[in-house]
Amino acid sequence: MSDTSPGAAARPLSPHLQVWRWHITMFCSIAHRATGIALYVGALILAAWAISLAAGPDAYAVFKATLGSPLGKLMLFGLTVSVFYHLAAGVRHLVWDAGKGFNPRLADMTGAAAIAFGIVAAVVVWVIAALMGAL
Amino acid sequence: MAGFRTPLGRARGLGSAKHGVGVWIAERVTSVALVPLVLWAVYSGLMLSLADYAHTVAWLASPLNAVLVVLLIAVGFWHMHAGMRVVVEDYIHKMLSKSVLLLLNLFVCTIGAALAIFSILKVALIGGAA
Repeated sequence: MSDTSPGAAARPLSPHLQVWRWHITMFCSIAHRATGIALYVGALILAAWAISLAAGPDAYAVFKATLGSPLGKLMLFGLTVSVFYHLAAGVRHLVWDAGKGFNPRLADMTGAAAIAFGIVAAVVVWVIAALMGAL
Repeated sequence: MAGFRTPLGRARGLGSAKHGVGVWIAERVTSVALVPLVLWAVYSGLMLSLADYAHTVAWLASPLNAVLVVLLIAVGFWHMHAGMRVVVEDYIHKMLSKSVLLLLNLFVCTIGAALAIFSILKVALIGGAA
């Protein structure tokens, strides 16, 4: 009896992230949560923008310089991808809430479309920003 | 006694707590409102990236811009509170940790939104600081 229990305890208890073959709908689900959490931080940055604007030109200059630094721009680009991906994946969830779009092939296609939209829309916005001379 | 109850009868007696669905619906309703608000915010962010302090303050003097920023903050923080609440409820099962994180989520969202909205109204109504 006592010999079997350590072996039994070492067996996998339930499927977990590392034993699943990655597939696109799984990635989309995880990415929706991850981008949502990233946008939580993004919303706090938006609040910091409003607070620094009310605090005056000096505070606003510090805010703009922080976001304009290379690290700040990298973070802003990540937030741009997050905004557009979360938006597209959110619309996908609304369609599911209406009871449509559950066919596996269709779900794969809309998932791929949401990922593509997130990346392409973010790149387009940043190309426009570069053309405007904002970078 | 319980053996005589139909599955429907059991579900009616032991079903949902009769509340909570409002939170779920609010997350969907806010998400629909955020689609146009966020697209407008990205456009406005692009425009304001070139503006200096005075121009940004002048931009907020427009009632349309000020109201849309306030709505973006209010609806956005409401939505992100609902989203983070689901994440905490899904992954954190210890009563104390869960309660602390849910309260922290509520307080961070409330104070963040309140400070941001008050700041926007201050700039919109009386202009920027000197």
